[in-house]
Amino acid sequence: MGLAYLTFIPFIGAAFTTVSTRLGRYSSAWVAVITAAASLSLLLPLAHDVMAGQTIIQHASQWVPSLGLNIAFRLDGLSLLFTLMILLIGLVVIIYARYYLSPRDSMGRFYAYLLLFMGSMLGIVLSENIIQLLIFWELTSLSSFLLISYWQQREEASRGARMALTITGGGGLAMLGGFLLLGKIAGSYELSSILESGDMIRQHALYPYMLILILLGVFTKSAQFPFHFWLPNAMAAPTPVSSYLHSATMVKAGIFLLARFFPALSGTPEWTWIVTLTGLITFLTGAYIALFKHDMKALLAYSTISHLGLIVMLFGIGTPLAVVAAVFHIMNHAIFKASLFMLAGIVDHETGTRDMRQLRGLRKYMPYTALLTMIAAASMAGIPFLNGFLSKEMFFAETVEHGNSMALPWLLPLIVTAGGIFAAAYSIRIAHNVFFNGKAEDLPKIPHEPSRGMQIPVEILVGLCLLTGIFPAQIAGPMLSVAVTSTLQTTAPDYQLAIWHGVNPALIMSMVAVAGGILVYRSREALFTLQSRFDGMFEAKRIYNGAIRRLFNWSSSITMNVDNLSQKRMLWLLFVASIVMGASGFIVHDAPLAGARTMLPVDPMSAMVAFIMIAAAISTVVMHQQRFTALVLVSAVGLGVALTFIKFSAPDLALTQLSVEFITVVLLLLALFFLPQRTPDESDRLRQGRDIVIALLAGSGVAALSYAVLTREYSTIGDYFISNSVSGGGGANVVNVLLVDFRGFDTMGEITVLALAGIGIYAMLDKLKLLSPQQDEDGRPWNPDTHPVVMATFSRLLLPLALMVSIFILLRGHNLPGGGFIAGLVTSVALIVQYLANGVEWTRTKLPANTHPLIGSGLLIAASTGVASWYFSYPFLTSTFHHFHIPLLGDLELASAMAFDLGVYLVVVGTSLLILINLGLIHQVSYQPRITKKNLASPTTDSDTTPSRSAALKKVLPWKR
Amino acid sequence: MEALISLLIGVLTAGGVYLCLRSHTFPVVLGLTLLSYAVNLFLFMMGRLVIGKPPIISESATGYADPVPQALVLTAIVISFAMTAFIIVLALKARTEMGNDHVDGKGVN
Repeated sequence: MGLAYLTFIPFIGAAFTTVSTRLGRYSSAWVAVITAAASLSLLLPLAHDVMAGQTIIQHASQWVPSLGLNIAFRLDGLSLLFTLMILLIGLVVIIYARYYLSPRDSMGRFYAYLLLFMGSMLGIVLSENIIQLLIFWELTSLSSFLLISYWQQREEASRGARMALTITGGGGLAMLGGFLLLGKIAGSYELSSILESGDMIRQHALYPYMLILILLGVFTKSAQFPFHFWLPNAMAAPTPVSSYLHSATMVKAGIFLLARFFPALSGTPEWTWIVTLTGLITFLTGAYIALFKHDMKALLAYSTISHLGLIVMLFGIGTPLAVVAAVFHIMNHAIFKASLFMLAGIVDHETGTRDMRQLRGLRKYMPYTALLTMIAAASMAGIPFLNGFLSKEMFFAETVEHGNSMALPWLLPLIVTAGGIFAAAYSIRIAHNVFFNGKAEDLPKIPHEPSRGMQIPVEILVGLCLLTGIFPAQIAGPMLSVAVTSTLQTTAPDYQLAIWHGVNPALIMSMVAVAGGILVYRSREALFTLQSRFDGMFEAKRIYNGAIRRLFNWSSSITMNVDNLSQKRMLWLLFVASIVMGASGFIVHDAPLAGARTMLPVDPMSAMVAFIMIAAAISTVVMHQQRFTALVLVSAVGLGVALTFIKFSAPDLALTQLSVEFITVVLLLLALFFLPQRTPDESDRLRQGRDIVIALLAGSGVAALSYAVLTREYSTIGDYFISNSVSGGGGANVVNVLLVDFRGFDTMGEITVLALAGIGIYAMLDKLKLLSPQQDEDGRPWNPDTHPVVMATFSRLLLPLALMVSIFILLRGHNLPGGGFIAGLVTSVALIVQYLANGVEWTRTKLPANTHPLIGSGLLIAASTGVASWYFSYPFLTSTFHHFHIPLLGDLELASAMAFDLGVYLVVVGTSLLILINLGLIHQVSYQPRITKKNLASPTTDSDTTPSRSAALKKVLPWKR
Repeated sequence: MEALISLLIGVLTAGGVYLCLRSHTFPVVLGLTLLSYAVNLFLFMMGRLVIGKPPIISESATGYADPVPQALVLTAIVISFAMTAFIIVLALKARTEMGNDHVDGKGVN
């Protein structure tokens, strides 16, 4: 389980960093350090076995076993190398950022994002199941989005973050497709079996499609041409982020996958051509563009692209020795690039600019930083005695070797040397241009050496560059060897990590590259002038921006064509579309309207109720302009619906409908008080006619459909519930057992929606200022007699009785009509009657106006009932069915369903009271019941003196802030 | 009986649709209420018309109505209450912010 904990510790740490900021600004940095160290301490005991050549696979738990999805982790040489890079470079970045971030930046947020990202990266490199790997892959896209857009107020930060997310997220989708194909071909999503079935995978007919999809994911993530442009735009991130994401982690994730799947996918012509060519083009363009970037970070960004291309190309060449070079360069690049980003950050931090047209001669002010930069840049250029030299020379040797197999053996080494020249040139530039090149002047700040906290991380990394460069076999040898073995999944080839291999083509290429680099750098001014003529042309970013803009224009023009911001029109379209679709169904399928089922006879009572309902519905429509009358009529329809439910064997529905009807009418009455009492005439007769036609069409369509359904026989799954209700759910009321047991999860969702609606309404009412009309539209003042005495007295007497009834309904609900929903509604009705009869003033002293705790505890009870079934190792909420046969547990089961119903009850009570009481409180605040004689004499709406709701609430509700 | 109930559902639908197409908020809310009556009845009727056989298990029962549509409609009723409440408060809010009760916030119909 160690690996699972190792992966999840950063996620837990992320939660702690946000909290820890309360203990002081820098405590979150400490939490981050401790988190990374904790993961590291879990890794080290395992690392010993891996260095001895073992592969550790840990199955944490099953996820969806039927789909072959398991949560499993894997640690071998390759993942150990990446885990070490993620954690160690992570650690130095954490320390560096502690000193880099300015007091204005939120430390807690920064470290939380960084740890989220760290955990996601660990998940990628340690996953055994590839679908699990993909989830972490997407998590890195999301957390890197947060990191890049860390300075949210900057436009370029959010734009860069969006671009990175679009490109890498899109690649992730392609990758998902590729992984699904891969799993289908290999018959498993486990890496162990995928890596063993390489031959089968390569011969499969779907191999080319799968390869392209996976490579799309790899190339987007690792910023390969033509998807490279997101990386320079991600430089808007704080420098510690760039240093972490673009040296050792994010962009290396794609490379990691190339290495991971190397035994399974490589070796075909498709692989060699696509991967090698992409790598080569990226290597060249990156190196070329980097030289012309005046921003230090932009230069480093393009050089990163170029080095990634180099590594990708080595995997494309695919000989065992090329893989050695690739893995070695992964390590080396991570180390020198991380330090260079940090150095660029130091320069930016101490001078206030990263523009190399402005920066020069800094060695006078920061000689030590200059020295560190020179070493790191020399490593990037490939100067001997530094780590960069070793892997770069291996790279040159491999291109010579690979060139020999081609028609023009000199072509590839020549092209690569040209790339090497530019690489040397930009490496020289970042050191010389900034620290030498004349006298420093016109800088935003007087530069000086940075604090030690920023230097130490760089010293560690630069020290590693030197040590690896001088003692490669001792420092990097063992790690490289296990990493290469696990990448190849066979024994590693013979290779020698030494500085001196004799005079060979690779050494000559290295020398040419450095000498050429010096020449190119010397003639840079002429090159800059030449290049400036092509500025802005061939920029992938522009193509991307254009495509995005067209996409947005296109979708917004479609939207605007349909939606002209008129609700009527949208509804009209919806209704017409439904009618057309329904009618075409009737027309296309040539079936008789009526089916064969025997119809029930009409009894006089039903006929009368139906007639009243139809009459009430029609009158509602006809009289809808008199709003109060229409409301009364509509509630008559609602009561009729309740009667219909009773008639057709649905007592639970009838009870629900009845109580909901009451609450709805009270609610609409409260609302109507603030709205005009009448609806004005509609001027457009034509439109009215058109609406009548649509309404009649819709009505007759639905009637015909109902008739067609009702006259046909059907088969139902209901019999299952009826026969299992008592034995499996322990209740005789099948509807209630369905709600709280069989489909408890649905009910859980429904009460959550209910709670959300209630809280949404509360939020809308919170800032609402309503003007209270003092008289109705005919100028008659509202009746000041608020609370009729008879009603008030009786309602108080009735309250205990009503509450008792509701508890009775709740308790018996499992076996007889009732249950949480109905009991909750009955309780709400009982309480609302108190408000109606006695007024808010009187009632609020007895009852809480704030029912949030009620809603919350209801949801909590319902959810914990579900969680409780985990305790008996049964799935969420569905446990009860299985162990009802045992008498003792049977009793337990019954109790759990009842507890769930109690949760439903509390949510229903809480939500309905929340809505009505808060609407009622507005009433109380804005409606002044004490109408003075002066007001009666001249009934005017004195809106000016109506206090705002919040101010008035303070008077009414002293505890409300 | 089936024809009568179908007619009832049809009338409720027609009334609901017509009122939903009005241009002031309150009639639209009434229209939605009528429509939700119609929809709830329609869903309920998917279990066909059964008289006197509530789905409550007992020894003396001769048969049961289909409990599945009933359970579905029970929560639907509560949710449509929440929806009506949400919309009417939205209407109040719109009336305060826009100064009129037109569905699109326009001063005239």
